[in-house]
Amino acid sequence: MRLSTKHLLGIRDISPNDIQLILDTATQFKEVLQRPVKKVPSLRDVTIVNLFYENSTRTRISFELAEKRLSADTINFSASASSVSKGETLLDTVNNILSMKVDMVVMRHSASGAPHFLAKHIPAAIVNAGDGINEHPTQALLDAFSIRENLGTLEGKKIAIIGDIMHSRVALSNLYLLKKMGAEVMVAGPPTLIPTYMKEAFGVQVEYNLRKALEWCDVANVLRIQLERQNQVLFSSLREYNQAYGVKKEMLASLKKEILVMHPGPINRGVELDSDVADSGQSIILQQVENGVAVRMAVLYLLAGRETP
Amino acid sequence: MKTILSGEQLSITIQRLAHQIIENSPELAETCIIGIQPRGIWLSSRIMQAINIIKPNHPIRYGVLDITFYRDDVRKELHVANQTDIHFSIENKKVILIDDVLYTGRTIRAALDALMDFGRPRKVELCVLIDRRFSRELPIQPDYVGKAIDSIITQRVKVGWKENSGKDEVILL
Repeated sequence: MRLSTKHLLGIRDISPNDIQLILDTATQFKEVLQRPVKKVPSLRDVTIVNLFYENSTRTRISFELAEKRLSADTINFSASASSVSKGETLLDTVNNILSMKVDMVVMRHSASGAPHFLAKHIPAAIVNAGDGINEHPTQALLDAFSIRENLGTLEGKKIAIIGDIMHSRVALSNLYLLKKMGAEVMVAGPPTLIPTYMKEAFGVQVEYNLRKALEWCDVANVLRIQLERQNQVLFSSLREYNQAYGVKKEMLASLKKEILVMHPGPINRGVELDSDVADSGQSIILQQVENGVAVRMAVLYLLAGRETP
Repeated sequence: MKTILSGEQLSITIQRLAHQIIENSPELAETCIIGIQPRGIWLSSRIMQAINIIKPNHPIRYGVLDITFYRDDVRKELHVANQTDIHFSIENKKVILIDDVLYTGRTIRAALDALMDFGRPRKVELCVLIDRRFSRELPIQPDYVGKAIDSIITQRVKVGWKENSGKDEVILL
């Protein structure tokens, strides 16, 4: 039993069996993380570089912790404090790091497709930790893991992805994954932030009314408004966005059922999610973060185990 | 193909192992039994049943341990991890590890490493149904043995249980 892929570049390229294997393995790693010694020796002989060309808090810490819990050796690289500022190319940087005998690359980059480009040119296994507006596969996996943990299964569950669909790699990875695992998916948000091809490209429902979306779903995955990727004015103000699409306590309370609220972080409090919702019992945001370590351990473990000597 | 233990012999052997464990563990409350995933747990749950019948008023701690992440052949072959469930502290307790077949000893080495991550037991013992003698690659020996056999590398020992293959028996293939 092993993954059908050498790299984790996106959810688009992996099979439902791969997803199942990663989630099942993550369940066992989650148990490891409850032990007095939260560490296993599996990747003792593996060196991993965390290559972050874009800022990150959760993902970088989560990957680093996952690597340490697996006993791998790790190197951290952030573009801002490196020779990238002197003009070194991506491929040169990575080849220089690999010549120091590094086995795996975890990479975040602001250009969509950057990890795919690397995968064509270097022998090491690559894990995409977010590339531009393309994919963020480990986030989708940990979201799926968290839903499965709370609802038992993904199959037939109704998941609404709410907010900035156009610029969100979390949305895209989640879409691929949820469809592959048999969930029903809806995207909701202002028409300016939802690409017009969503329906025919993914077979998902599109809803422009937040209340209707919340009434329909079992789980609301609320996305961050990506202020750094807005190059044109797609909504008039943050305040107006909050009025129309911010998830509020009163609205959740008026629904007939209690839904789960998720958010990939970092939260713009008072924009897409109000503080009293983010901190409520319906929110599983911190549980998502906790699960992130177990899911990333599973991904790294399964990819490292794949290379046969 | 040769039968090593029939269903009837197997149940007698399990009874004996249960009695030996009780005989050797005067303080049952300070003893924990831990089955090794995936195949050791069939034997460990049978032994637990037997102990509970012999000593109904002495509840004994029971857990299961998966050693996948501690294997020394991760890079050669990927195994699917199973559940680990040790919901008690093993600190200062006597732990009896249970597995079905003892062969190279590598599984037990991994199990010992995994076990130590849960605490520092006072003592660890090993109970196996089948001991394939003279095949050890590590200095590990069992304390309780169902049956010791001499076999060659090309042979395989198959332990079947009613619960998973419909019939209790041990055969040499």
